[in-house]
Amino acid sequence: MATVTSNPPVAAPLGSSPAGPFTVRIEPPRGWFALHLRELWDYRELLYFFVWRDVKVRYKQTVIGILWVVLQPLLTMLVATLFFGRLAKLPSQGLPYSVFCFAGLVPWTYFSSSLLNVTNVVVENQRVITKVYFPRLILPVSAALSGLVDFSIGFLVLFIYTLAFGIHPTFAILFVPVLLLLAILTVLGVGLWLSALNALYRDVRYLIPFIIQFWTLASPVYYSSQLVPQRYRWLYGLNPMAGVIDGFRWALTGRGPAPSSVLIASVVMVLFAVVGGLAFFNRMEGSIADRV
Amino acid sequence: MSKPVIQTAGISKRYRRGLPGSSGLLRDSLARTLRSPLSVFRRANQETFWALKDVSLEVREGEVLGLIGRNGSGKTTLLKILSRITQPTAGWAEIHGRVGSLLEVGTGFHPELTGRENAYLSGAILGMKRQEIARKFDAIVSFAELEKFIDTPVKHYSSGMYVRLAFAVAAHLEPEILLVDEVLAVGDINFQKKCLGRMGDIARGGRTVILVSHNLGAISRLCERVIWLDYGELKMDAAVAAVISAYQLQGFTHRAQWTRPASDTPNGEVRITSVSLKSPDGQYSSLFRGDQPVTAEIKYQIRRALSGCQIGTRILNSEGVVVLSTSDADHLGVSATPKEPGRYQAAFQIPGGMLAPGSYSVVVAAHLPQRHVYDVVEPEVAFEVTEEGSLASLDGRLGLVAPLLHWETLEDTETR
Repeated sequence: MATVTSNPPVAAPLGSSPAGPFTVRIEPPRGWFALHLRELWDYRELLYFFVWRDVKVRYKQTVIGILWVVLQPLLTMLVATLFFGRLAKLPSQGLPYSVFCFAGLVPWTYFSSSLLNVTNVVVENQRVITKVYFPRLILPVSAALSGLVDFSIGFLVLFIYTLAFGIHPTFAILFVPVLLLLAILTVLGVGLWLSALNALYRDVRYLIPFIIQFWTLASPVYYSSQLVPQRYRWLYGLNPMAGVIDGFRWALTGRGPAPSSVLIASVVMVLFAVVGGLAFFNRMEGSIADRV
Repeated sequence: MSKPVIQTAGISKRYRRGLPGSSGLLRDSLARTLRSPLSVFRRANQETFWALKDVSLEVREGEVLGLIGRNGSGKTTLLKILSRITQPTAGWAEIHGRVGSLLEVGTGFHPELTGRENAYLSGAILGMKRQEIARKFDAIVSFAELEKFIDTPVKHYSSGMYVRLAFAVAAHLEPEILLVDEVLAVGDINFQKKCLGRMGDIARGGRTVILVSHNLGAISRLCERVIWLDYGELKMDAAVAAVISAYQLQGFTHRAQWTRPASDTPNGEVRITSVSLKSPDGQYSSLFRGDQPVTAEIKYQIRRALSGCQIGTRILNSEGVVVLSTSDADHLGVSATPKEPGRYQAAFQIPGGMLAPGSYSVVVAAHLPQRHVYDVVEPEVAFEVTEEGSLASLDGRLGLVAPLLHWETLEDTETR
């Protein structure tokens, strides 16, 4: 792992090491965990450019552009409301089912599409990876962040929709950014593993649709987590998106109990996933350019 | 003497050929782990090769260093390690200053984006700051001669336009240390000249540059010092003229020695395992004076008794014409001999003064002539006969071979 120091090394290995302002030492990789936050910060403009590129290209490629971002969760919500709300009559925590479902779909859509993008980002950028150095971590982070533009548009539509039902935001809405952060960390915690594995093994991408389908059913998108018996709630919360979606719904509408046990379990789970994902990604980072 | 900005010590890079999961499927890796859980920790039986072996060098500030060598000699691997794209297996390097690397033209270009957008994106990926790109933007566009098309998506560009824009962005990268790999050979002739000129400006501008190229003309124009890598090892590090002439003399396609790779295991009755060329002092050589004998050494393995087989050799010139053929049964006056199982080493010598100056390749085959071929080594081994010590170069004589024949000249006493 190469290290960057802003000062020249104290004891230079070869006598006359010049006091350069920017010194890099290149050595074989060692250790499991070497996170260079300072270096990430130095490359923040590149992070911005990657996000900018993703967003720009995405809106140029789809014919209806922004409209698609609005239509996708809206149509899903309408169909779900018809079948799960009207016909199956699933309970919806005292909210109109369409609001309940829409409030779950917006964070869920961010999560599932970002997870897909993060998984593919290393493979999609393999040409750049084999030709230029930058901290590889920038790629999954940029993929997780570029989904926020879609999310913001979806959130705006959701907010207006909620107001139209006469549900006014309470102080709880201040928690939205916190829950969003938790969603981003969940994407990274899982995505870092998957993107490194995807670069190393060609068959990982076939797993993704299954993982996302499985995960949708295990998250309170269409049904309420209140259906889960109280004593198993914490177990349910090991799915971090359960905490995110429950929390998000509560933060937006101010209705129902503030999520506690589920959310705490989710936060703990996310922290473990992120730390593990960072270590794994860092470990694989060095060999990615040799393998893709 | 200016200060060193790049120092490396014993830089080595090993690649694995048979990685666990080399099929590239997670399924296979998991299956293997389930079958033998401890195999995760076993790394012994993987085949490896060294792309770079123990390279130590020092580059001083403002120096323009050329890097030459055959394909696969480790030039690009060295650049990739210095630019941190890949990590060394052993050794270390220290770099003082910001590094920009140009390993291809158009790094990071996206076809959907316009020329302007791509200039910013590619510039940022190559390591420029946004303000820096903004400041140089007009210069980039006019260098690329694309003023009219800068807001057109690059997917509508011709390949020439694409390359011009890509190089223009790269040419305005101004790091303290610039690593360049073979990007000079782009675009039409005029643009190539412009690129070379720009490289010259960068070099004269006091920047430290490492330049990889097969274009020896460009190397000798731009560099003062050249490093020659061969099979991953640093073969020569000296002033440009000395290295280029040594390199040309060796002829980078000529190889004095070939050993069958361990992975290549034909199951025939005969296996030729190595072919090598030696000079009279017993050293491997692929360069011979005109008057020097060429010794060829062939090692082979007989795995089953054969009633008739010859180890034959053909010497081909650079046009592919067979100049001579010879076999291990020549001195017996037959075309093949019985062979018993075992390992053998055979050698023959082409006398000095036999071959005309030029390049030759060697084909070795174990066969029963016109009946059956057991094993063939296509021209893996090659050598060059120089004009030195050859009369052919003095009087410019013609001929595929240049033996000095014995003439007998007597006074003619009969016709008086």
